Amino acid sequence: MVFKHDIVIVGAGLAGLRAALEVTGEGDVALISKVYPTRSHSGAAQGGIAAALGNEEPDSWEWHMYDTVKGGDYLTDQNVAEILARDAPRAVYELEHMGVPFNRMADGKIAQRAFGGHTRNFGEAAVKRACYAADRSGRVIMDALYFEAVRKGIRIYSEFQMLDLVFRDGQTAGLVAYETATGELHFFHCRMILLATGGYGKVFKTTSNAFASTGDGVYLPYRAGLPLEDMEFVQFHPTGIHRLGVLISEAARGEGGILRNGEGERFMERYAPTIKDLAPRDMVSRAIALEIREGRGIGGQDYVHLDLTHLGEKKLQERLSDISSFVRIYLGVDPSREPVPIAPTCHYMMGGIPTSTEGEVLDVEGKCVPGLYAAGECSCLSLHGANRLGCNSLLDLVVFGRRAGQKMAGELVRLPWQDAPQRPEEETARRISRLKEKGEGEKIGVLRGELQEAMTLHCSVFRTEESLKKALARIEELQDRYSRARVDNTGSRFNTDLLDGLELECLLGLAEAMVHAALARRESRGAHSREDYRERDDDQFLRHSLVWRRNGRVQVDYKPVTITRFQPKARTY
Amino acid sequence: MEMQFKIFRYDPQVDAEPRYQDYKVKADPRDRILDCLNKIRWEQDGTLSYRMSCGHGVCGSDGMRINGVCGLACQQLVKDYEGQEVLVEPLPFFPVVKDLVVEMEGFLERIREQRSYLMAAGDHPEKERHQDPKDRQKVDDVIRCILCACCTGACPVMGKNGNYVGPAALVWAYRYIYDSRDSQFRERLKNIDFSDGAWSCENFFDCTRVCPKKIPVTKCINTLKKEIEKSRS
Repeated sequence: MVFKHDIVIVGAGLAGLRAALEVTGEGDVALISKVYPTRSHSGAAQGGIAAALGNEEPDSWEWHMYDTVKGGDYLTDQNVAEILARDAPRAVYELEHMGVPFNRMADGKIAQRAFGGHTRNFGEAAVKRACYAADRSGRVIMDALYFEAVRKGIRIYSEFQMLDLVFRDGQTAGLVAYETATGELHFFHCRMILLATGGYGKVFKTTSNAFASTGDGVYLPYRAGLPLEDMEFVQFHPTGIHRLGVLISEAARGEGGILRNGEGERFMERYAPTIKDLAPRDMVSRAIALEIREGRGIGGQDYVHLDLTHLGEKKLQERLSDISSFVRIYLGVDPSREPVPIAPTCHYMMGGIPTSTEGEVLDVEGKCVPGLYAAGECSCLSLHGANRLGCNSLLDLVVFGRRAGQKMAGELVRLPWQDAPQRPEEETARRISRLKEKGEGEKIGVLRGELQEAMTLHCSVFRTEESLKKALARIEELQDRYSRARVDNTGSRFNTDLLDGLELECLLGLAEAMVHAALARRESRGAHSREDYRERDDDQFLRHSLVWRRNGRVQVDYKPVTITRFQPKARTY
Repeated sequence: MEMQFKIFRYDPQVDAEPRYQDYKVKADPRDRILDCLNKIRWEQDGTLSYRMSCGHGVCGSDGMRINGVCGLACQQLVKDYEGQEVLVEPLPFFPVVKDLVVEMEGFLERIREQRSYLMAAGDHPEKERHQDPKDRQKVDDVIRCILCACCTGACPVMGKNGNYVGPAALVWAYRYIYDSRDSQFRERLKNIDFSDGAWSCENFFDCTRVCPKKIPVTKCINTLKKEIEKSRS
């Protein structure tokens, strides 16, 4: 079938929903989502959303901006960080007006708590900047935005998966989507597309990400020859439940939780003497990895402890109830009595589709691709630099989702329709029938498992040229095997086996981009830690990487960082 | 350990009637039932269909019936089923799309009918509305709802009366009735004051027992009934 809308937004998490609320009424907008909208992964965000409201103690947007820049190891574009920090209070008040049930202070204002890397007076001490609803902040914000979208009558196509982007004469013409319930391919003919498809933590074995986080919306522009930016920067969250990778919010440390090694030592005192356990995520993850490597994991094993026992049952129930229940369910541990076994887990991608501050997708030359927009984790605004601070992600989604929506609404009058090509879904249908062909090919699950193992082993918290070259060789071998892979299920109704197969192409392509960018960056900065190049090298690498495919070859180049207020200096906490 | 599964299989467009298929899976006691389903789908039989996403009880995708009890496959651990055959079926009372996947639109429509968004009186203040922490606490339990539909699948009344709005819709009604910032208290109460609304609940408590987020659903419904009576007098 052919569906026709002015604007199609792909992904119904916070960025997609917020953008949709901005453009509805201005043009005919539709949302498509591979899962039911309230299943999107924004809902897994726990700790909160940052804004210098100053409700609990003095705070300022300049401090927030500084923390964002320093947290990003100075790879953050400072004009973007300024927009974020200045707009944050408005964005949080707006959410409150929409009904988000933030926790409250005794005087009725929104309560705030401490979070990693957020400080007062340019790094002096931790500051309470995170607005929260217990430890399900993402979920309640998403519920509020979803029902607001329902109220406004926004059209949502649930369980429609984008499989191809269609351009004509360099301008967006539409996209091909697969309807999971029926197995039909549809063409969405539109003038504008907003990609808001989230991250791709499923490249790794241990991740806090959802099964749906396969980066389809990041890979498709890359496949079409557009560049991806800062792909080497992958955030490993320090506190994933051991073995499972399920997230234990930084809020646990914001509320007073302490990390201890096998000797019972509060080891973060050695790594970040001023803010200790509330250092940014890249530093804490490295510290944990080092403790484990040097034999100071618990019982010499591959995890350390997060100690919440001193917080008391009341605080755990009021502010950390979801994570308390995860710990009880998955580990059989009562966090008010016993410490929680944790280890780093792949959590967030700083890199993605390069965009302007209005969400316009940029090509290799830095020019806008007409009609194509991106927002949220799939995009790279150069906001989070080399490492994102906790609570800046939800904020990014609502601030820049809105800005992308505003820009699209404004451009609608100017942008003409492109004719739909003949049989736009032909190429996708061919990919599907190849996967469904009977043959001797390997199973998708086997190949995906090998990719995740290889990336976790060779492209994780620490990297070297040797490990990255091993990763690259594995990826290339897997891409070759993938070309002969097959799926069991040749049916058309709810064929998730087929979707797994199509998603694996995305994961392989994104792993390729990530490793190429990581090999080229011969320095250590933020979340990218090269053991063969341990220092930050501002002379050579205070630049954003761009990686793209041209004529079957992967190319890497760089573009400058925008520095306005804060000159790069040593990053200590 | 080796686990024995018996799984409901049905493609309404192809099969005359549902059947049950046996599978054996090697599992770690700490694995989730969802991990076992994944092993089946990825390693043995790619034709099996079910929904999943976050894998840790936040997104609400994988509600199903496991050994007769509605729950999330990602919140059930293998060790709790040791030595038993595990029977996996779709949520009861929902039309089956395929295997363990059910049609959710009717369920969600009933939530949407509750106008599950804030309708506050007057203009927005410049900053946040103030709210007493005690008022905010009134919705603490119900904002945990993840729309997984386990409560609705478990409710015996749903089997007798398909028009019942169901426990989840009443939880969402409660969510805004007791939000001190909302201005539609009476209208919202009226919206559930009919025989297929709050009054259909017969206090079986199955919803409360199965809720993966430990929401005291039945208690909430009884509070609503009392509130309706109070508003009439």
